[in-house]
Order: sequence, then structure tokens, then C-alpha cells
Amino acid sequence: MSLSTSLWQKHWILERNSILLLIGILVVIAIGGLVEVVPLFYLRGTIETAEGMRPYTPLELAGRNIYVSEGCYLCHSQMIRALRDEVERYGHYSLAAESMYDHPFQWGSKRNGPDLARVGGKYSDDWHRDHLNDPRSVVAGSIMPAYPWLFTTELDFSHIAEDMKAQASVGVPYTDEMIANALADVHTQTTTDAPDSAELARRYPKAQARNFGGNPNRITQADALIAYLQMLGTLVDFKLYDDKANIR
Amino acid sequence: MTQSHAQPKYMTLGEGGLAAALAALAFLSIVIAAKAYTPEYAFHAYLFAAASAAGVFAIFNRFFERSDDAPPLEIDGKPNYNMGPVKLATLLAVFWSIAGMAAGLWIALELAYPALNFDLSFISFGRLRPLHTSAVIFAFGGNVLIATSFYVVQRTCRARLAGDLAPWFVVLGYNFFIVIAGTGYLLGITQSKEYAEPEWYADLWLTIVWVTYLLIYLGTIMRRTEPHIYVANWFYLAFILTIAVLHVGNNAAVPVSLFSPKSYIVWAGVQDAMVQWWYGHNAVGFFLTAGFLGIVYYFIPKRAERPVYSYRLSIVHFWALIFLYIWAGPHHLHYTALPDWTQTLGMTFSIMLWMPSWGGMINGIMTLSGAWDKLRTDPVLRMMVLSVAFYGMATFEGPVMSVREVNSLSHYTDWTIGHVHSGALGWVGFISFGAIYCLVPWLWNRPLYSLKLVSWHFWIATIGIVVYITSMWVSGILQGLMWRSYTNLGFLEYSFIETVEAMHPFYVIRALGGSLFLVGALIMAFNVWRTVYPREQLAPAASLAPAE
Repeated sequence: MSLSTSLWQKHWILERNSILLLIGILVVIAIGGLVEVVPLFYLRGTIETAEGMRPYTPLELAGRNIYVSEGCYLCHSQMIRALRDEVERYGHYSLAAESMYDHPFQWGSKRNGPDLARVGGKYSDDWHRDHLNDPRSVVAGSIMPAYPWLFTTELDFSHIAEDMKAQASVGVPYTDEMIANALADVHTQTTTDAPDSAELARRYPKAQARNFGGNPNRITQADALIAYLQMLGTLVDFKLYDDKANIR
Repeated sequence: MTQSHAQPKYMTLGEGGLAAALAALAFLSIVIAAKAYTPEYAFHAYLFAAASAAGVFAIFNRFFERSDDAPPLEIDGKPNYNMGPVKLATLLAVFWSIAGMAAGLWIALELAYPALNFDLSFISFGRLRPLHTSAVIFAFGGNVLIATSFYVVQRTCRARLAGDLAPWFVVLGYNFFIVIAGTGYLLGITQSKEYAEPEWYADLWLTIVWVTYLLIYLGTIMRRTEPHIYVANWFYLAFILTIAVLHVGNNAAVPVSLFSPKSYIVWAGVQDAMVQWWYGHNAVGFFLTAGFLGIVYYFIPKRAERPVYSYRLSIVHFWALIFLYIWAGPHHLHYTALPDWTQTLGMTFSIMLWMPSWGGMINGIMTLSGAWDKLRTDPVLRMMVLSVAFYGMATFEGPVMSVREVNSLSHYTDWTIGHVHSGALGWVGFISFGAIYCLVPWLWNRPLYSLKLVSWHFWIATIGIVVYITSMWVSGILQGLMWRSYTNLGFLEYSFIETVEAMHPFYVIRALGGSLFLVGALIMAFNVWRTVYPREQLAPAASLAPAE
């Protein structure tokens, strides 16, 4: 009785001193976050070893920025869970390695539309253009908004090299060569049968170069977004991927 | 000016310093506007310039109007409370509730009838949804929290709010942040981190405002004339401090340039996912729970005229709640590429969280011991008590959904949306409405225009919530089951689009529930408006029946 009474009275110390109360709260709320977040940066099993991951090409990065700015993640996840039906519907479950260069991650939390983690190569560029312009022209029951402005708005990529520098400063392995060639690479990647496409593919293996947006005379936001969508999930070759080696 | 004494009037350090800082910000904003990479960013820079210039003007205007001396801390031995900023935040909360709920209703209708996107960029679903969530959580909820916390800390400490200009800076600066965030979404400026969408410059501004908020709060507590810090203030303090930590941690970013609205978060992939949901779930835990529990601990005892049920329970559940909540984030990432050990920790702590949550519910509801009859006569109290009941329900459902196997079905579906709204509409919405119905008469010192309208608000909104959450339960569980349904030959039974088409009736019903809730809020706005600006002194408004 007296012990417990004195314990309650000990709490008076905190109730009478605002700074002690503040410090107490800070200590108590710090523990959980530290335990859950910090080990993810040094435990080696957190991110698998997977061949094929590379930074986004300048065009893909610009496309990803449009994906981010339109809030696509609010309806489309990019995270295939390790569940039978998801793997059969969308493909191999997503690896942590596949989003290791994603600042920010776009895993999403709601599927008003299907998962997009492996949408790359599933549909033709033509299909994507029709779908973005008027979703219900290709999927009758779709509830997606139409995005006609993507085809009329020029892509502003004049500062894309600065974007790559900012990405490099947070750990994305963009080389000086990649940054120096950023503008040229955008032109190369939006041109079908571009003479420099081998150079682009050397810097960014598996980069697809062609006219994505449908109008060879201009580079629009649609070019960038479709280039991004068409590369999603195509970097890691799952015929070669050994998931047993990465059991965590 | 007709001062009685000859001493010239000087600006205080605060007035001069803030005016100089805002003038510098206005100048910087104009430079940024001139060199901005995008017209949208230039627009925001001009907004910053205009708001800063208006701030400088307001400071000088106030200086010439005010008396020589600072307002006294006490008048005739009673604290000279500073209720101006509280009044403004209360009215802004009412305004934002209507705006945020209307945006929510609109996007609900967009999901049912996609033609309502009208092929226009600024009202497409992806841009409007963050406007809805930010407007209801941060604009409506945030103003309610600022208003009630500034009110409660003064009354329970029996001390005037710390700072002279600072409380005004917090209310106006916070609402300016809301304007920047909201217009940014419509123009496509977002970092697409859920509930942390504003870009780097808005985040920096909010950090300044929020630290000022913390200092005012702490300063007022230090000024208190009561020996003990009242329990409501523990919750408010935990809310303000933790939100500051979460905001800074989750929004750590490198801007592309001073002249670009774009930044890149320093975290990537799986670590960013963990940091995001450490933030995201504790935006729920500390913004939408701890802060509003502060309201429970002041407004329910005050309105019921009963003491808090158990002092010891409040100690135990306070520390347990803030300790356990922080761990719960990984339950948003079950079966993803987040390591299993983190998922398991998140699930375990989410289930444990059930206990302190219900400790709070019990403490809130049992405070009515000896005053249950007031539920019959006082619709405001009824609203607040139902709110705590919804809190209990949502905090039971949450741990259930955090169990991996349940989550495998509920995740990515409308079940999550339904769960969030039973908390948001039932718990946060109702406790906020209750607090507003208490605050407005107290602040303006006149009875509420109509208690009957409160009763109408209560019933219409309650029916709206029930319609909303049941439709989302059905659609969420239905879609989750359809996704994993197999034919007897072992093929997936439904294409994705078939599961989308099956949602249509529930999206229509959900919009109906949401519109009922919005109608309730409009009734409240009318009631508040009539209380603050009475037409004439006609018949005295209905007052509370005495509790016998």
C-alpha cells in the first residue's frame, strides 16, 4: 500500500516540472522508432542482392516525377505482396531491392486500380496512350480519370541534371557522365532508332528508346510517363534471380 | 495619439524582430518568384511575399493601435486570458470542416462516376484526394487542436498564454501552411508521401510555426499558478512534441534548387516505407488521438460537471499509449518487402495498443458516473460521449486489422477506408464538434443559438457515419475476397476490373453517407454563425436544462 502510494506520488515529479515531463515524453516516444527504423540501415538481409538494378534514366526520372505529382500512388500500389493470388495476378512478389533507388518509395496503400510494380511491357505504348487519354475507351468499367493534358504539355526537362545531382546527394549512384549527358539522353530515349541508343543502353542497361508519346515532333509529359510505366519491374531478371539465396 | 505619460512608445523586440524577419522573407520570396523554375512555384512565392507583407503591415497597424504597455497578465487577481487567437482558430476550424468534407464528398462521387473528373488536371482524383485528407486532418483537426489546446492550457494553468504576437503567428502561419499545401496539390506540387504531401518549402515553414507552437505551450505551462500540470496538457504536449519529431524525420529532403518546388526524400525504398509509416501511423496516434484525448480530458469533465473518472488510469494509459503507438507503423506493410521481424513487431505492439486505447475510452465514458441523465438533455455531451464510444470501436478494429492474416484481406481495400472513417468521422469529428459547441458559447460569452440544431446535427451525422462505414466494410471485404477467389480449375476467378465494377453500388452508398455527414457540419456552421453574429436580441436562446 505504502509502496504503491509512493509510486503514484513519484509521478508528481513529472506533473510539477514541465521540462522533466517533456524529456520523459521524448524518451518514451523515441524507443519504438529507433528499434524499428535504425536496424533497417545496417542489417544486411534488409535489401536482397538482385542483379539488374540501376538508377532511372533522365526520361524515366522525369516520368516518375509526373507519376508522383499526379498522385498516382493513391490508387495504384507498386508492391506485390508474397501471397499466391497476387503473384499469379501481377508476377513475382516485389523485392526490397527493386525500390532501392526510389526517393520517395511509391508502394501505395490502396488499389482503386491494379498494382503497377510489373506493368512494364504488359501493354503496348499505343494502349497506354489510349488509356491515359480516355481510360474507358480501352477498359469499359474503369474509374480512372483521363489525363489528356499529358499529351499537350511539353515535358520540362531543362533542369533534369539538377534533379539527378540531388538524387546523387541522397545516395543514388548517378555518375558524372550520366549527369553530363542528361539532356542528350532524354532526346535519345524519345527517338525511335536513335543513333546514340547504344550509348544510352551502356549507361542504363535495358533502357528502352523510342517515341513513347506518339508525336515524334515534340517531347510531352506523356513520353516521360509512358517511358516510366514501360520500365516498371523490368530491371531484375527473375529467371536468374535466386530467392533461396536471399532468405531472410 | 493621446498618451497620458510622455514616454515615447517603442516596439517590442518581438514586434520588431518578427516584422524584420517577415520583411526579409517577402524580399526573398520576390527573388525566388522571379527565378522560379515553374509558374506554379512562382505563384507560391508570390503568395509567400504577399502574406509576409501583410504580416508586416498588421504588426505596424497593431503597434499604432495598441496601448503603451503590454497587456497585463492578471486583472484584479484573475488571469487575463488571451482568447483572440482561440476564437480565430475555432472559426477557421468550422470553415475548413466544410471545405474538407465537401472535397471528400466530391472525390467519393468521382470514384462512383469518373466523368466527374471532367478531364481537368486540378480536380482529378489524384490531386483532390490529398486536398481532402489534408483539409480534414490538418486544417479542420489542426485548428480544433490549436484552438482547444490554447484554451485548455490557459484555463488549467490559470495563466495568460505565453507570447504576444506568437499565438497569432501560430494560428495565421499554420493556416497559411494549409493554403500553400492545398493549392500545391491542385497544381501538382506534392511529394506523394501519404499525409505528408507538402513539398520542402511548405515543410520548412510548418517547422517554424510548429516549434513556436511548442514554445508557447511550454511557456504557458511554466507560467502556471496551479502546482500540477493537468492531465489534458500531458496529452497536448505529447502531441505537439511528437508531431514535431515525426514531421522532421519523415520530411528530411534535399531540394533540387532554391528555385525549384521539387525535392527528393533522403530515405529510399524499404527504409522510406518504414519511416513513412512510422510517421503515418503516428499522425493517427498523436495528431488524431493524443491531441483529441486532450479534448476529452478537459471538455467532457467540464460539460458533465464531474471529475475525471480515474487519475491513476489516466497516468497508466497516457504513458502506455505514447510508448506503444510509436511501434505500430509496420502493420501498414504486412507481406511487403519490409523484413518479417519488423512486421511482427508492428503487429505485436498494435495488438497491445488495444489496452491503453480502451483505458482512455473507459476513463472518458466513466467520467459521466453520476451524470448519465445529462445524455438525455444535453446533445453536446451526447455527441462527445458517442465520440469516445467510436474511439473504442475504432481502436478495437485497428488491432484486429493489424493481425497479418486479417491484413492480407483488408490491405489495399476499402476496409481500410472504412476503418479510418469510423475513427475520423465518429471519433475525431464528433469530439471536435462537441468541443466547438462548448467553446463558442464560452468564448463569445453567450448561449448557443440552438441546442435543437445540435440534436439534428447529431442524428443526421450519426446515420451518415453508419451508412459510410458499413458500405466500406462490405465493399472492402467483398473486393478482398474477389481478388483471392479461385475457380475449381485453379484459376483466378475475377479480373481486376470485375472487382472494380462490383464496387460501384457501395461507392454510391458511401457518397450518401458522406453527404449526410456534410449536412450535419453545415448545420453546425449555421449554428455557430448565428451564435457569434446574433441577428437581434430576440427571445433568449434555449439553455441547458439543469441537471438534477
